Amino acid sequence: MTTATTTHEVTYVDAISQALDEEMTRDERVFLMGEDIGTYGGAFKVTEGFLQKYGEWRVLDTPLSESGFVGAAIGAAMMGLRPVVEMQFADFISCAFDQITEVAAKNHYRWGAAVPLVIRAPFGGGVHGGPFHSECPEGWFFHSPGLKIVAPSTPYDAKGLLKAAIRDPNPVLYFEHKFLYRRIKAVLPQEDFVVPLGKAEVKRHGRDLSLITYGAMVHLALEAAELLIQEGIDLEVVDLRTLVPLDKETLYESVRKTSKALLLHEDNKTGGIGAEIAALLAEECFDCLDGPILRIAPPDTPVPFSTPLEEFFLPKVSDIVSGARRLAAY
Amino acid sequence: MDQAAVSNNIPRSELLNMYFYLRLTRSLEDRITALYRQGRIVGGVYTSHGMEAIAVGYASALHPDDVIAPFHRDMGAFLIRGFTPGEILAQYLGKRTGPTKGKDGNVHMGDMKRGMIGFVSHLADNLPVAAGAALAFKIRGEARVAFAGTGDGGTSRGDFHEAMNFAAVRRLPVVYFCTNNQYAYSTPVRYQMAITDVVERAKAYGMPGEIVDGNDVAAVYLSCRRAIANARAGNGPTFLEFKTMRMHGHSEHDAATYVPRELLEEWKAKDPILLAERLLTTLGYADESYFHDVGERVRKEVDAGTEFAEQSPLPEGPETLTGVFASLDEVST
Repeated sequence: MTTATTTHEVTYVDAISQALDEEMTRDERVFLMGEDIGTYGGAFKVTEGFLQKYGEWRVLDTPLSESGFVGAAIGAAMMGLRPVVEMQFADFISCAFDQITEVAAKNHYRWGAAVPLVIRAPFGGGVHGGPFHSECPEGWFFHSPGLKIVAPSTPYDAKGLLKAAIRDPNPVLYFEHKFLYRRIKAVLPQEDFVVPLGKAEVKRHGRDLSLITYGAMVHLALEAAELLIQEGIDLEVVDLRTLVPLDKETLYESVRKTSKALLLHEDNKTGGIGAEIAALLAEECFDCLDGPILRIAPPDTPVPFSTPLEEFFLPKVSDIVSGARRLAAY
Repeated sequence: MDQAAVSNNIPRSELLNMYFYLRLTRSLEDRITALYRQGRIVGGVYTSHGMEAIAVGYASALHPDDVIAPFHRDMGAFLIRGFTPGEILAQYLGKRTGPTKGKDGNVHMGDMKRGMIGFVSHLADNLPVAAGAALAFKIRGEARVAFAGTGDGGTSRGDFHEAMNFAAVRRLPVVYFCTNNQYAYSTPVRYQMAITDVVERAKAYGMPGEIVDGNDVAAVYLSCRRAIANARAGNGPTFLEFKTMRMHGHSEHDAATYVPRELLEEWKAKDPILLAERLLTTLGYADESYFHDVGERVRKEVDAGTEFAEQSPLPEGPETLTGVFASLDEVST
């Protein structure tokens, strides 16, 4: 296998566009649906130029109708196509909740019909979006059997996980973080690659405590780790990358090594991904824990708009530092 | 329908075939109801009693490679698509030999190989799904049609609107229908909508609509054949409103005391099997002894199906855990 790379750096959002473009070229069954994705190229320009390249029947501008076009994507998927749906903002996925959880998630279990569907959902705060353009709705779906969920934190994972999602025979919710779109860059391999679903990655090896997170919070965690090492606390940072199926082995291995777990996410605290991981660690790693399982997550409020409110709401490096100090003291 | 319109447009063999499926549907559902009353079937039992002509008519008008997203009172469509009485009864009894292997019950069955999209209890959910199937046909340039419907109650849901609108905007090869059987559980149409005929909505979506006597299998068949041909020719969707009456309760536990008895009496005289027999007799296609023989044939089929279903094994508890996700070898890559 070659390891040829270009020296050209690619943003997180461009990595998503590349994955779509390459998959559409590779497999003519792959097509796109969503609001304003054609002529306009998408609210975040992910599909700019796609309409000209692939035509109006592979890049479909839909009515403002999330339940309708997710339902239609389910039907097309069952007929053998590979639809990739764009939610303009992840917040609007609530309009398609029923189609996702009742139709897409249950069809294979009930009567054996595979639904190879990808729903891309730009999520997360830090962009002054307010209560309807900043949400992290992954927790709603995390609880629904039959759905796979991914949330990449780097351009490499953004591209590799999207390709893996498109090639998967199941409904996959792909949560892409808006804050990362144009803020991070990486040089990507030139050849085709996928990041397999269900594999977490240890982003930073450390011996004192395990910080488990995903999405944009990975970068905050790595920043905090650099501060904490200066005071002698060596953080291990685990990026889940896939929420369903959850890579439990990697989590358990990390926590068994460090004996301490700090869980971080941008979705609000109650009933979030962190709550489930805390329960799993309590069930499976109880013997090796040397301290409480701590969660760092926003309060149980909608994501507020005004800058000081949103700053208060979102987890900060200082929250991680103080949480790590508290845990390190055990 | 008038005699000439039928004899000029529907082959005799097709009419006799539809009559057979009307009787098989009635006989099978009567058996299911009996098993329910004996406590051998648990859960919901939603029959098409008195409405059999709708599914029998539309499923007969479709080509075998067209797909159907049925309403939950469309047993005839399953039978015409080759689901056997044995398989269906196994489904109702929760047996492993049913189409869902015990994962789901009653009419919640489907099979993509036979072009049947599994019913979802959330009424109208499968209408956008059918639009998507039609979209796939259109993208691939296939001359296939999707056929999907819901009841009068289901037309109040947003998915009904979203599906009709999307299908019309993209001129998709899909036919939508409403089985207007006058009651959604206990709620009469007058509390469901401020109009009398659901078909009025078709105009607003920019598609043709038609009111059809849902108890007349010949009328159902011919209206569907027109709408299907139109969709197949690339002229976009049509909406059909089948007027009928729900003759049983919502489910078999429901005595439906909220339905005026005189309304049921009035519709009993318009029973679809009665109407079909009258038509076949008038056309000289069949007589009393023929009807009797068909009755014997379907009874034997249902008896054999009952035996198959009762002798079939129940699933084992741990089978609960299978099938949440599809594996790669189930789809073409």
